[in-house]
Amino acid sequence: MNRLEMKTAHKLVGTFNYQLGQLEKGYANRTLYINLSTNGFAEKPVTELMKQKFIGGRGFGLKLLWDGIQDHTQWNDPENELIISPGPIGGITQYPGAGKSYVVALSPLTQSAMDSNAGGHFGPFLKFSGWDALEIQGKAERDVIVFIDGTKGTVTIEEAPLEAVNSHILVEQLTDMYAESEADKVTISVVAAGEAAEHTLIGLLNFSFYDSRRKAVRVKQAGRGGMGTVFRDKHIKALVIKSPKVRGDLNNPADMSALKKAGQKIHEEIRTLDDSQCRMRKVGTAHLTQIMNDYDLLPVRNYKFGSDPEATNITDDVFLSKYLHLNGHDECWYGCSLACAKVVKSFQLKTGPYKGKEVLVDGPEYETTSAAGSVLGIFDPEFVIETNFYCDTYGVDALSFGTATAFVMECYENGVINDRITGGLKLNFGNAEAALELLHQMAKGEGFGKIAGLGIRRMKKLFVEQYDANLDFLQDIGMEVKGLEFSEYVTKESLAQQGGYGLANKGAQHDEAWLIFMDMVNHEIPTFEDKAEALFYYPMFRTWFSLNGLCKLPWNDIVPADNHLTAEPAKVPEHVQNYVEIYNGVTGSNIDEKGLISQSEVVYNFQRVFNVRMGFGTREYDQVPYRAVGPVTVEEYESRQDRYDAQMKDILNLDPEGKTTAEKVQILRNYREEQYRKLCDAVYLRRGWDANGIPTIKTLERLGIDFPEVVAVVKKKMTQG
Amino acid sequence: MIKVNGKDYPWEEGLSIKQLLVNKGFTFPLLVVVLNGKAIADNEYVGTVVNDGDDVKIIHLMSGG
Repeated sequence: MNRLEMKTAHKLVGTFNYQLGQLEKGYANRTLYINLSTNGFAEKPVTELMKQKFIGGRGFGLKLLWDGIQDHTQWNDPENELIISPGPIGGITQYPGAGKSYVVALSPLTQSAMDSNAGGHFGPFLKFSGWDALEIQGKAERDVIVFIDGTKGTVTIEEAPLEAVNSHILVEQLTDMYAESEADKVTISVVAAGEAAEHTLIGLLNFSFYDSRRKAVRVKQAGRGGMGTVFRDKHIKALVIKSPKVRGDLNNPADMSALKKAGQKIHEEIRTLDDSQCRMRKVGTAHLTQIMNDYDLLPVRNYKFGSDPEATNITDDVFLSKYLHLNGHDECWYGCSLACAKVVKSFQLKTGPYKGKEVLVDGPEYETTSAAGSVLGIFDPEFVIETNFYCDTYGVDALSFGTATAFVMECYENGVINDRITGGLKLNFGNAEAALELLHQMAKGEGFGKIAGLGIRRMKKLFVEQYDANLDFLQDIGMEVKGLEFSEYVTKESLAQQGGYGLANKGAQHDEAWLIFMDMVNHEIPTFEDKAEALFYYPMFRTWFSLNGLCKLPWNDIVPADNHLTAEPAKVPEHVQNYVEIYNGVTGSNIDEKGLISQSEVVYNFQRVFNVRMGFGTREYDQVPYRAVGPVTVEEYESRQDRYDAQMKDILNLDPEGKTTAEKVQILRNYREEQYRKLCDAVYLRRGWDANGIPTIKTLERLGIDFPEVVAVVKKKMTQG
Repeated sequence: MIKVNGKDYPWEEGLSIKQLLVNKGFTFPLLVVVLNGKAIADNEYVGTVVNDGDDVKIIHLMSGG
């Protein structure tokens, strides 16, 4: 099938013309609404209030979603929306990490507002094409492509029956189809999912960019929370955007010199210091695999353990020596000198529908080496790469896939499920062949893959209802919070990070806070109040990236040479100041660091109330599985017996001698669960929430989001108790 | 005995910051080392000796994610 035949088969079902315009201080001042049920379009103005309170990115996504749905809306109702927004700083080229797109929708996993982000070029291109956000509602009858031509001012909805669904093929087909020439390919970006996103609830979205040096279309993933599932449920095959040629001044910033000054400073830091710090330019986040293993933080066999001698088979050195193709330009947006987006340029697949083919694989990143490796008890770099590839092209979140499959493996090894239930798949830890077959089944919507693709929360329910499983055991070992599978860190020895996962608005993702070193190694935050302060500052600070189209990595994966001389080196004060200056430089505002935190606090609390609105957002939904808190089993306890026995003596003043391991497991559990309860109390207080974890009216008033509809949600919940 | 991040840790003659990091298994590259209240630059880890009774803070910054 050639591109012309595919294009000819398109049926135009909706067209919208709009006036092109210039961005003003980082904003287009309008958002694009598309309804796929009616093939209707609308241009919505962005008000000053919207900019002041919600800033952009995730903030715009949450506000538009709030306004677009009802309290009873389900993730697969046509009313659900999928919103993509880059934020006001998004698209600048002077400072690294400024190309992120933020996606918001009601999640099939959590049934509440989810935010997920990706690199790639779509977000900046959306803004350069004249829109601060793309808001899609409704459900198409047949598979469609939405094409935004930001050079002509047109938007079309086209039924597209012939193109592939899987991303690695589709993004190439559409880049070829919509680019006018080879040189024009850099102006195209595609958002796509894949076949597994149709059959599972853990679907992801790929955001493409054309890598002109490698002459290949590359993809970055908005992985978390089933955004790809929502996308395919709406029968969207792809979003395609054609942007005006990128220039450094397209954001029309208020003070370009401020951006240049901050950018020059950090580019020089990266050039001189990255090789001796995190080596992001060489190996990306994969440098963490060895470190996490060294500190007993790498998930092994469904988070039972934090290290394994075989982990050395999947560390950055292995990928660097055998697989990665470096050419010094691995940025996923222009101007990102940190350049962490690594590539396996030519990998021959061993399984699945593309077996034998040589493919380009984006990654692996740290998280993939765990999710497609250690958490499954598999320490084979080629399994990591193959799973990385298939997760991406099928549109499956590798983290949810890995964590859910690890749960399945532990269930299988404990007889909760058996060969009859798995259709013969021997899902023991370490069985790479079975894990890959499970992934292929997800893509086909067949066999046990269809069940595993429901995610851990639904599997727990199903195993209890249909296979008489012990719910308590499944609750203990099922690594999910709010319905979202854990990302890839072991938290047993860090109470603060247990809160980092449990209290996160979206579920068990570490993008709000990563406090393990601060807590477990540095012992910097010993009291509940200290931990609560960290669980205030860092989630608020990190939320700010998501409002502005920024990547978090240039904040603290590189630090200035004199950072150790600052009062609070963990905050990397110079970089925080850079962000203040960039924000002011783009928007013409005059905020300071405090103002930056206040911006986040508004959106963060709004999202918490959003959770309340959807029936969640209270203490019971902040609970974490005990596997995240301490050893569930005798095997786990005995694997670190010295550590746990010492804690029993030193902290609890109890003599472990003469006690069975099962008794010691229970004693430790009682203590640690109580600690977690106290942590929640302290965090709620610090955040201005009531004892049940709901933002108080006073807090909403202080933040200026005491809008009637927001206050009504809180009052209703407080009345209900 | 010395203090490392507030906890007792055995001291040995001639212990350098560099050796202390090895002994503790601290492989993370983004560290801030403070010896008795004075920040130590990473190019001084080898030549800086830790004395009995010293207070060492080895602050791991954050990364990843």
